[in-house]
Amino acid sequence: MIVDLLILTALLIFVLGAAMKRDTVKAAIALALASIMLSVLMFRLASPLAAVFELSVCAGLITVVFMSTISLTKPLTVLEEERLHLRGRHFAVLPILVLAAAGLLVMVGIPTDLALPQAASAQDVRSVLWNERQLDLLGETLVILAGFFGILVLFKDKPTGVGRTGAAWLKAERFRKEKSDETTKVESNQPDPAIRV
Amino acid sequence: MNNQTAEVLRMMTIFIPLLFVVGFFCVVVTRNLVRTLIGIEVLSKAVTLLLVVAGYTTGRTALAQACVITLIMIEAVVVAVAAGIIVNVVRHTDSLDRRNLEELRG
Amino acid sequence: MAAFLIFVPLIGIITLNLPFRFLRRFAYGYAITVAAAQAALAIFLPLPLWNRVLAHFFGLERLDLSADRLSLVLLLSIAIVMFAALQVGCFTIRSGKRRFEFVNLVVLAVTGLNGAALVHDLFSLYVFLEVAAVASFTLIALERDKLSLEGGFKYLVLSAVASVMLLAAIALLLMSTGSTAFAAVHAALLGSSNPMARIAVASFVAGLCIKGGLVPFHGWLPDAYTAAPAGASVLLAGIVTKTTGIYTLIRLMSSVFGPVPQIQAVLLFVGALSIIIGATAALGQKDFKRMLAYSSISQMGYIVLGLGAGSALGVAGAVFHLFNHAVFKTLLFVNAAAVEEQTGTRDMDTMGGLSARMPVTGATSVVAFLSTAGVPPLAGFWSKFIIVVAVWSAGQHAYAVIAVLASLLTCAYFLSMQRRVFFGVLAQEFKDIHEARLAILVPEVVLALITIGVGVMFPRVLETFILPIRSVLG
Repeated sequence: MIVDLLILTALLIFVLGAAMKRDTVKAAIALALASIMLSVLMFRLASPLAAVFELSVCAGLITVVFMSTISLTKPLTVLEEERLHLRGRHFAVLPILVLAAAGLLVMVGIPTDLALPQAASAQDVRSVLWNERQLDLLGETLVILAGFFGILVLFKDKPTGVGRTGAAWLKAERFRKEKSDETTKVESNQPDPAIRV
Repeated sequence: MNNQTAEVLRMMTIFIPLLFVVGFFCVVVTRNLVRTLIGIEVLSKAVTLLLVVAGYTTGRTALAQACVITLIMIEAVVVAVAAGIIVNVVRHTDSLDRRNLEELRG
Repeated sequence: MAAFLIFVPLIGIITLNLPFRFLRRFAYGYAITVAAAQAALAIFLPLPLWNRVLAHFFGLERLDLSADRLSLVLLLSIAIVMFAALQVGCFTIRSGKRRFEFVNLVVLAVTGLNGAALVHDLFSLYVFLEVAAVASFTLIALERDKLSLEGGFKYLVLSAVASVMLLAAIALLLMSTGSTAFAAVHAALLGSSNPMARIAVASFVAGLCIKGGLVPFHGWLPDAYTAAPAGASVLLAGIVTKTTGIYTLIRLMSSVFGPVPQIQAVLLFVGALSIIIGATAALGQKDFKRMLAYSSISQMGYIVLGLGAGSALGVAGAVFHLFNHAVFKTLLFVNAAAVEEQTGTRDMDTMGGLSARMPVTGATSVVAFLSTAGVPPLAGFWSKFIIVVAVWSAGQHAYAVIAVLASLLTCAYFLSMQRRVFFGVLAQEFKDIHEARLAILVPEVVLALITIGVGVMFPRVLETFILPIRSVLG
């Protein structure tokens, strides 16, 4: 019980760190540590398979995604954080808010006589997943496909930056071409001031 | 419900809402796009914990774990797409400031 | 049979993406066929056949997918909007590669929405809604210009927050009832006054209001609709927001929660608020699509108002209005796409007199707006009428009056749009434009005919589609 309490407190502290740390790299690391805490908690709450997933995907994959994003935008992050205080001074309020909320919840009291349904017999997760939740697996496959297309659209090639359609696009092209023709014409008509007759 | 489950439930009733508070605050208050994403992640962790606790207290750990596994995968996809959008935004505006994305007003 | 609506598109997507170049050109044709087939099945296939399982197909019978009257209305709406979105998208996107990605994403989104219409489990519902959501994020940001990314990011953040709220509700319901299936949760909730269940319901409603773009959670909607490319806007406005928000609300209220007075009061209030704020904001817009976005918020308010009335009539009216809105809002967005393509702008103040050069677009626009404003005998009139009657007979006279008065506001902003865009003197710079190409005219005309047809043949529609919905509500 004490162990759970300690893990929960560590989780909360890491989450606060992820929210509040100025440097987003440190924030991402705090998030990864929070994931590890959550994973340990899940082990203790009789959910080992979920714990492994949390560890490998959240503490692993998602942290990698965060790190890549931050490094792709890195030169800005440190500069901006220091100059523009993007995190906002309001964030200092957060720990106080959390403590206040905690106090409130403790005072309001926790109903311990909740009528919970009969505890079911423990089943194997794998059998549940494959035999009963096939629909979820199907949906998950679709989400992954959609995500695949998302990455494809967002990461391949340079952005065209043209959000207009059809005739408007053609008109813009024509206009741009005319503009560049004009400038070349104007340039060739100007007499060269350096030449003296 | 036995004593141990009651104890766990009591602790969780305090901690899980706190996680939600941190997550919501993070998403709403920050101006940094990456931190918004971190906030969404924190909220997901809170919900994951809630699901696991729900499974633990009702004894349906298998169902809860199946849900959590699916949820984690979906989360990863959403984060990846969000990261893609953020990287593209930075290519356009050279900044992670949310205030640059305020053009569509009115 | 119902499972096919998910598997056929899925297999199609996998096939189209195999590494054979020549398969790409079939993408558009394939998607259109799927849409047409879905519409035909929704209209003509009798309900029992939908749920007859073809047991020898790869064990598909173990999937808990089945349709009822409510699902059929939604499936039909999905098919119609998908058709219009494909037409608009495929004929306005320049790059062939983008077009292919667009078709794939649309089919994926529709698969997700189909799934949401057919499942009977809370968590599976969440998963399929996420499919549609992830596909939508990418659809909005398809062209990767700054405004699209802005709209896409805003939608992503709010959708993620809403999903978290839905999941929290599912978890709480799991804790109080021990299951995530509709039937089991419904049975367990009857008569129970568990505080966790109450928090769960509140969380559900809040999350669904965000996804549906109802006031006060509508912040993302105008930006996302306006910034998305034409085809994506059609799909988003026509069906995605409706399904992920309103349809799910209807489904949950009828199959899981049952009529709860507190929710109904909240829905009435949120509905009325959305109607008023949406209509008022629409009045002051210059951007064509942004005005339509606020109009959508307003019309969603009507649907929610009908739900809040609490009676079977109210729900029937809400579902009918959902279908009608899918038709006429899609028509309006198709018109907006046609106008944008021809004139290169969405600024209504710079347009004028376009109906001289774009007669079909102008005429169908008039049909759409008359239907939205609730002018008889068009379809919109009937659904609004049913909703107002339901709200009035539930004793909520004030709300009913608001609904009627808001129709005047609706008329006002649409008349203003028509005047600025289609009537009046043809602006000088647009004298060379011509009517939208045939590919876009077809959905315009078809959608207008549906609106007119459903309105005129209302008595028939009433018996075949609407009254049977009441059986869904037990």
